[in-house]
Amino acid sequence: MKKLLGIFGLFVFIFVATALLSPNFLGSYNLQNLVGWISLFGIISIGAMFVIITGGIDLSIGSTIGLVGSLLSWMLMQKGWSEPVALLAVLAVSLCIGLVHGLLITKLRLQPFIVTLCGLLIYRGLARHILHDETGGFGSAHDKLRHFAIGKLHVAAGISIPLSVFFLAAIAVVAAIFLNRTIWGRYLLALGRSETAARYSGINTDRMKITAYALCSLLGGVGGILFSLNLNSIQPSGLGEFYELYAIAAAVLGGCSLRGGEGTVLGVIIGTAVMRVLYNAINILGIPTHLEFAIIGTVILAGVIADELVKRIATKRRAVHALSREP
Amino acid sequence: MNLPSPNALPLLEVSGLCKSFPGVRALRDVSLALGRGEVLAVIGENGAGKSTLMKILAGVQEQDSGEILVNGAGVRFPNVRAAEHAGIALIHQELNLADNLDIASNLFLGREPQRLGFVDCRRLYADSLGLLAQVGLDCAPRTLVSALSPGRQQLVEIAKALGTNARMLIMDEPTSSLSQHETEQLYRVVKDLRSRGFSVIYISHRLGEVKELADRVVVLRDGANAGELQRDEITHGAMVRLMVGRDLGRHDRTARGHLDGKGPVLEACGLRTTAHPRKPLDFSICPGEIVGVAGLVGSGRTEMLQVLFGIEPAMGGEIRMNGQTVCITSPLDAIRAGMALVPEDRKQQGVILEMAVGQNTTLASLRRDAHAGFLNRKREGEIAVEMTARLRVKTPGLSQFVQFLSGGNQQKVALAKWLAMEPRVLLLDEPTRGIDIGAKQEIYRLMEELAGRGVAILFVSSEMEEILRMSDRTLVMHEGRITGELRRAELSEEAVMRLATAHTASAS
Repeated sequence: MKKLLGIFGLFVFIFVATALLSPNFLGSYNLQNLVGWISLFGIISIGAMFVIITGGIDLSIGSTIGLVGSLLSWMLMQKGWSEPVALLAVLAVSLCIGLVHGLLITKLRLQPFIVTLCGLLIYRGLARHILHDETGGFGSAHDKLRHFAIGKLHVAAGISIPLSVFFLAAIAVVAAIFLNRTIWGRYLLALGRSETAARYSGINTDRMKITAYALCSLLGGVGGILFSLNLNSIQPSGLGEFYELYAIAAAVLGGCSLRGGEGTVLGVIIGTAVMRVLYNAINILGIPTHLEFAIIGTVILAGVIADELVKRIATKRRAVHALSREP
Repeated sequence: MNLPSPNALPLLEVSGLCKSFPGVRALRDVSLALGRGEVLAVIGENGAGKSTLMKILAGVQEQDSGEILVNGAGVRFPNVRAAEHAGIALIHQELNLADNLDIASNLFLGREPQRLGFVDCRRLYADSLGLLAQVGLDCAPRTLVSALSPGRQQLVEIAKALGTNARMLIMDEPTSSLSQHETEQLYRVVKDLRSRGFSVIYISHRLGEVKELADRVVVLRDGANAGELQRDEITHGAMVRLMVGRDLGRHDRTARGHLDGKGPVLEACGLRTTAHPRKPLDFSICPGEIVGVAGLVGSGRTEMLQVLFGIEPAMGGEIRMNGQTVCITSPLDAIRAGMALVPEDRKQQGVILEMAVGQNTTLASLRRDAHAGFLNRKREGEIAVEMTARLRVKTPGLSQFVQFLSGGNQQKVALAKWLAMEPRVLLLDEPTRGIDIGAKQEIYRLMEELAGRGVAILFVSSEMEEILRMSDRTLVMHEGRITGELRRAELSEEAVMRLATAHTASAS
């Protein structure tokens, strides 16, 4: 919990600073938009968290999003599939992607970095092939479906909440229960710390890792559906590009360790919020957008350095404490 | 034998050395002296402080207090470089070579002869030949280290140390992974070095080796000096007496288990391991019986336990529990059949260091107590409290990370995890390695208590004292084969060593 306070403090700082510097920031249009994007990125970041907890990495999330968006557009607009069938089909595809990653990583003992790097290239290529590298979309034919991604719920005069927030909330609650209240969540955290010791304790580590990759790609697929419905303009070469890096960065900012075994859902969501508020601030404060990456990178680096320093001090203190208790 | 004259200044003198780790006082006031051209053996049981002492002398760790004198001058070794500079080199127990490089590159690693900033290859290989000749190794300097046998790699390590102008070599269990022939070659090298004026500190718990090589023996026990033997006093009995602190008495334990008429709980028939697939293993163990597995390092004992527990696949054969054949392909299968394994490598396999004591304790029993996958947090808390109390785990709290506990308490956590599962067969691999005497006694008591309740215990141990004390029956292994089985009445150190080195098979 203490760990979350740090990242939450960073969030509050950026939020307040931006609000003070720009009056437009707190406008309801901007806030709704911001919350909507946080929700979409939050969903894929939770997926990334599961893989990072196992000590692995998934570099293919962005390409999976691109492939899912392209497939959805192709199925609905060119093939004329019904909405439920198309949605189920793309979710099935993303789930299969994750299963294949997991199988290759556990059964063939390939490195996650390589497997998902190849995934990044393959799914992007397939996405472009499916739409012949032309921009796809849904026009106005599927406005009811698109409502899920862009609709808002009016709660009071002048206040409305994007529906995607509810998607994120539902997914976050389920993910948090899975991670903290089920044996599988405990197994993931255990194997992330020490796969060997987990195996010696009777945990089927391979199956748990496959589950993590499957969840990651599936949530990437959910994100892909929502992103493409929201944008309604699907560039197969660009949709989702770099999103895996945003997701990984958000997870790490939110307290996940790339060494594995650490991570909380709430932390990841706050991490995502930091990233999006930062991005929004760059736009709204008129900072040249070509500096975007540089600024985001700097903030993440600073956050991770601060976290590492705090952790070192805590470890030292704990060790001293333990020593003083020994007879 | 050129023993140092009594008046000569010792090459190395250590006095009042102390070193503590969290929860363990590894060294207490240890002193020793090493003369020129002397082979000094340092012996002691596991956990007696030998390795810590050597690490301090080699600059890997620094002492808390105490003095090191080289040629009568006080020195401190904050790092390995400093120790090397003083002429001390450590030959590691686990070989420390870059096996992707060739012999010459390893010999001069970090201090390559240079010419205009480039490695001077001609000199590199020429100088290597000289060093290799000193240790009697007739390999081309361009041979990759990975292509060498462990014995030859050991010689490369020694040659490397000679290349740093070391006058004192510390050898830590140098023969633990060598064949008989390679061991003899190593003896020759050590004797040759001695005759050329080098000094050697030789650590071993193979007493035969010590008798063969040592000019003098220093014995450590529980981190302190336990005594010293001159060349003509070095006998097997004298060494054992000093190591364990008393004569090896027989403990008044009566053999149990197989006497009560019940059939065996665990049977292995023709079991084959991947390490020794051509050597089938047959044995059985009865409820309430404590069976020790003795043998040298690498004799296939750990592999046997790993196959039983489903860590490694069996290459053939059958495992029966209570007469029923069971198929074990994963640890989960073994757990379901009623087995539990406390593995050899505590920090990597036994516990999860960066996880709370409580969560470690319940890791194995979570599945059994869960409802539809949901943690039973009440039961989990109860088990953690009950098991840590039963094993008297000393921890500030259940949320403390295991890494901050002492070795003995970590081992208790590794055991506590399985007690909650109430196994019928408990497999223990080096259950007391590297833990202090107090924790050791507690683990022995626990083993006896469990056996009294009908648990069958199969334990692998490299400590003779432990085998002699704990086992009702002892299986001895050599190169993957069970070479003999000793009942309590037949059990003696000599009998075990004879079977462990398979001398019955050869001429002797």
